[in-house]
Amino acid sequence: MVERAKWAEYEKAIADDHFYYARSCIRQNFFPGSEKAFLDILKNKLGKDIYDDPIHTSCTGIGYHSDIVPLETIMTVVARQFALMGEAGYENFATSCITSFGIYTEILHTWEEFPETKERTADYLMKATGRELVVPKNLAHTSDVMYHFRKDIAEKMVRPLVNVKTGEPLRVVEHIGCHYAKIFPKSGVGGSEFPYVLAGMIESWGGEVVDYPERRHCCGFGFRNYLVQANRGYSIANSQKKLESMAPYRPDFIVCNCPGCSMFLDKWQYAIAEMEGITYGQRGCGIPVLTYEEMAGLVLGYDPWELGMQMHAVDVEPLLNKMGVEYDPSAKYLGKSGKYIGKPAPTVVNRAVEASVYKLRG
Amino acid sequence: MLLEDVRVKEGLKACMNCGVCTAICPAAEFYDYDPRQIITAVQSRSDVEIERLLRSETIWYCGQCMSCRPRCPRGNTPGYIIQALRTLSQRLGLFVESEKGRQQLAIKRTIGHNIWNSGYCLVPRTIDPDKHPEQGTVWRWVFDHDKDVYGRFTPSYGKEGAGALRKFDEKTMGELHRIFDISGGTALFEDIERYSDAKAREMGYNGADEEYMNDVFTKNTMEIW
Repeated sequence: MVERAKWAEYEKAIADDHFYYARSCIRQNFFPGSEKAFLDILKNKLGKDIYDDPIHTSCTGIGYHSDIVPLETIMTVVARQFALMGEAGYENFATSCITSFGIYTEILHTWEEFPETKERTADYLMKATGRELVVPKNLAHTSDVMYHFRKDIAEKMVRPLVNVKTGEPLRVVEHIGCHYAKIFPKSGVGGSEFPYVLAGMIESWGGEVVDYPERRHCCGFGFRNYLVQANRGYSIANSQKKLESMAPYRPDFIVCNCPGCSMFLDKWQYAIAEMEGITYGQRGCGIPVLTYEEMAGLVLGYDPWELGMQMHAVDVEPLLNKMGVEYDPSAKYLGKSGKYIGKPAPTVVNRAVEASVYKLRG
Repeated sequence: MLLEDVRVKEGLKACMNCGVCTAICPAAEFYDYDPRQIITAVQSRSDVEIERLLRSETIWYCGQCMSCRPRCPRGNTPGYIIQALRTLSQRLGLFVESEKGRQQLAIKRTIGHNIWNSGYCLVPRTIDPDKHPEQGTVWRWVFDHDKDVYGRFTPSYGKEGAGALRKFDEKTMGELHRIFDISGGTALFEDIERYSDAKAREMGYNGADEEYMNDVFTKNTMEIW
């Protein structure tokens, strides 16, 4: 009973319905199927109201965290997003990006702690756009929303996170993303000490969470440390540290909270395989990296190519086969009109015979 | 100026030099980098020490993961203080005195231009596979067939209307530009260009041209370990 009382302190309030959806720059570029699936799951599987606004922009968070966008500017851009939410008749803001979520949280706290910054932002917003500043009643990352409805999703589950050949739970590495809970620990489910947002989904859907030494280490994005080509050693080195740490625990897949982390843990596996001939998954392949929307989509019986999993560097077919997902291999590389559009050149991370495609070592 | 930044007010309570921030820091694992020393210098309030930081390489190593924030036993946030130092370094034009600082031009001309031109930090057509070999063959496939690939997931790729990677209408882009103009975003872009151009000429380039941009984007001339 004592433990349960303590856990309540790590829970967060998440709205039950009527969400204003804010897209993510990275997620819509690299995982557009995930955003599509999230909206479909909310609207059509769970019967929720969620508004996809065509006129909200980037929060400019990548620019802010690489120091080319001032604090006053990002505050005003964020204020415009909140104003659009209010004008559309919503109070519950759900963002699809971890860095955006960290920024929205930080700005709301800053406005509270330093009220003069809120007044200045409201003034800038009015002068620049003629819009009135409002603040959301509830702020959530979209994974919070998915977590909130994890039991409803479990009731509609078509395919649990179980190996169909052995009957054993799939072993899942979960990666929370630094800006989800490290900046404001109480803003995330489980806080920074016991983040449970992804683990809760995995457990509810039949999988087993893998613990490993570098579980909470950064994926290695590091903003300017990836954005500038000269600095990318930082990024790949930190991803490598995580991959080396998790590999001995033989995970069946990685699931990420943050779209950037999903992309880096996927793409750096490709790069490490090309550079060093090293792969971290089972039977010589890479470890598939999923977004939580893709994980939910597979559980609910969505087609993997409609989820956009053909856009991953590490092939997901070994995971699909373990889960018993029925899929059409010939549909993987179809364009929007249903015609075959060619396929990517083979790569080491997927155990292709051709060696390095790029001479990364120069 | 530095102490007026709310990120310094929030991020610097009283550092006791325990070094936990350095122990948890991904940048400190990769670079010869010690955030504890940065906080010590700022806490000293010495103008000489702070100006030395503003000209240094060391303030540009942090990846802003903010792993330091929940771990500091005194509630400091070294990452916030580094954000404030970087802002001031750019405002005063001192960022061009370090190789890592000079990279700000490359970020302004990639991410900054994306925001200004498209309303997004990144869009597929600007992620050139030749400049991003780590994105691999799958990204080259996406890049070469972008309309076909994205068309499967969004009805509005490059067009107005709800959906992923939609184009923004003129009113939205106008509002975004006015926000940048009024709140100092445009001025920072101009500062980065102006100071970079002067430094480039001092270094023997014909201003902050493509050659200078390419060099700051790709070259490391120092040992980093």
